[in-house]
Amino acid sequence: MAQTFSLMAIFKRDLLIAFRNRGELLNPLMFFLMVASLFPLAVTPDPKFLGLIAPGIIWVGALLATLLSLDLMFKSDFEDGSLEQMLLQPQPTLLFVMVKTLLHWLMAGLPLTLMAPVLGVMLALPEGGYWPLVFSLLLGTPTLSLLGAIGAALTVGLKKGGMLMPLLILPLYIPVLIFAASSVQAGVDGNSYTGHLAFLGAYLALMLVLAPVASAASLKISIAR
Amino acid sequence: MWSALKRLYHQLGSPKWFYEITSRWSPWFLWIGSTLMIIGVVWGLAFAPADYLQGNSFRIIYVHVPAALLSQSAYIMMAVAGLVGLVWNMKMSFVVGKTIAPIGASLAIIALVTGAIWGKPTWGTWWVWDARLTSMLILLFLYMGVMAIYNAIESEEMANKAAAVLALVGSINIPIIKYSVEWWNTLHQPATITLTKKPTMAPEMFIPLVLTIIGLYCWFAVWVFARTRNEILWRERRTKWVKSLLNTGANH
Amino acid sequence: MPQLDEQNTPKVPTALLSGRALMCERDDRVLFSKLNFDWHEGQIVRISGPNGAGKSTLIRILLGLGASYDGQLYFDGKPMHSARYDFRSELLYLGHQVGIKTSLTPEENLKWLCPGASSADIHTALRKVGLYGFEDVLAQGLSAGQQRRVALARLYLEPKAIWILDEPFTAIDKEGVVQLEQHIIQHAQSGGLVVLTTHHQLAFDVQELALGVQATQEVLS
Repeated sequence: MAQTFSLMAIFKRDLLIAFRNRGELLNPLMFFLMVASLFPLAVTPDPKFLGLIAPGIIWVGALLATLLSLDLMFKSDFEDGSLEQMLLQPQPTLLFVMVKTLLHWLMAGLPLTLMAPVLGVMLALPEGGYWPLVFSLLLGTPTLSLLGAIGAALTVGLKKGGMLMPLLILPLYIPVLIFAASSVQAGVDGNSYTGHLAFLGAYLALMLVLAPVASAASLKISIAR
Repeated sequence: MWSALKRLYHQLGSPKWFYEITSRWSPWFLWIGSTLMIIGVVWGLAFAPADYLQGNSFRIIYVHVPAALLSQSAYIMMAVAGLVGLVWNMKMSFVVGKTIAPIGASLAIIALVTGAIWGKPTWGTWWVWDARLTSMLILLFLYMGVMAIYNAIESEEMANKAAAVLALVGSINIPIIKYSVEWWNTLHQPATITLTKKPTMAPEMFIPLVLTIIGLYCWFAVWVFARTRNEILWRERRTKWVKSLLNTGANH
Repeated sequence: MPQLDEQNTPKVPTALLSGRALMCERDDRVLFSKLNFDWHEGQIVRISGPNGAGKSTLIRILLGLGASYDGQLYFDGKPMHSARYDFRSELLYLGHQVGIKTSLTPEENLKWLCPGASSADIHTALRKVGLYGFEDVLAQGLSAGQQRRVALARLYLEPKAIWILDEPFTAIDKEGVVQLEQHIIQHAQSGGLVVLTTHHQLAFDVQELALGVQATQEVLS
């Protein structure tokens, strides 16, 4: 039984590559910050008003930042031929996709989650909103990575790529957005938000099972081009 | 029993068989559909009693509801066609799925536009973010996504498969999206006048609605058959049976 | 022209890698049909033919990377769709793309490509492909030819039986070519199977599989 790529080796490899290009890790965070800053500039810096829409702004910002970072999930592997090599391994593509999704979350979703309270302060988010904000992001961003992997896998290597992937994935993000933003709002209003978080948790569990299957199938379709 | 199923399986995959059978069915569907639509629309628009709350503007439901219902079913049909194509590698299935997409999208647009037309006299604005219209809008996004990925990939075979995967992912999400949007709607608006309240609808209003729904399904079938047959003629243009078909056609 | 030796082909393949009645169509053009082959341990096979004849397509079919085809493939006598796992466990493929991450050094690249290899093995392999001294240079600082050689180093590290190499002699110098040819011969002699495509004149005998360009065929219903 010959040796084959181990998933751990791929995990460590990608972490090493990310570390070598660590400047780029800041990009989603910077984008997040910038998008949030657009709203006071475009509408009003009045904290009373900002505080009202802060949950939505932060979540939409997180969504957009995640969308932009998805491109990188498979692109470089596709371009230098390592993706091809991965798909030639005997292990199921499914496992490879799960590792990649986890990596994406660690490098995009998790930092966004940690940065969100800062944005909350800047956008005058009322006190009750901070905990639900962090929890909803913690439960929601992995789902964004899971669903996003499907879009990234379907469009990897497409020259007309660009705008296409967000178009495919955004409708699927809407349930997460609705329940997450409303959980923050519930927190702000002093109401319970556990029901909202429960939905996010359930959706995450469902996507954990289904999304990698779809992503693996999409990768196999994409590599055949 | 098994051999009959096997035969059906092979027949379904054959473009020629599909072409011939739809040639025979289409006129029937066209007749039935048109009859039902005419009766339903005329009855609904002219003869059904006016709604006590909304007056005459509710009559748009005879167009809006069939279109909305059909565009949702069409998405599921498209996803199922994609699934069959992926699992059994049946090219015909992909062709049918491909033709359904733009039809379903058009129906979604019709539903949205008629929804807006209904909204103006009722709420005073052209667009309202109610649960139904918002779900329909998201459904339109899902359709656009499937069509976009299909057009973005050059290889026919890969485009079919990619669109099928996306349609399946979308169809699994549709109930979740609908639930989320309805729930979101209750947060922000008390129960408002909705376009249809089936239990409280008088039979004189309800029956024409059923007629137009069935009628539109028939028209949908005709539409899908027609487009699929076009596709088949183009793809099989080099085969003997198509050439003889076109030759006999030219001799009329 | 594709081989049509149906009389000489055994019904149930017993070779390491076999194909029966392979047919592939692309863009309404039939690339090859009724293609049969039996490749055994110890053989070196060269797939040849003009550009566009379907060499790369055939390779992708062998690899199972999604090119559609009619016919059957067999690994070790078993149908490919059930033997895919075993086949891939014994497969090493080097294609047009190098499969090297530019942000890593050759040593780091080989570490993830060949998990069983020790540092010492990796250093030896890199020396064999002429990259002595470059172990710790980031791959982006290497030339295209040098990056290719990092990929070739895998041939010295991974104990896989079947090598499928698409244009392996690209961008390496004369010394490297001789070295690689030697290594290929050695691999075949110790029981491996090598399938390759190349425009290069090989210094040893191979079994040829020649593909031609078929005229467009009418598809009869």
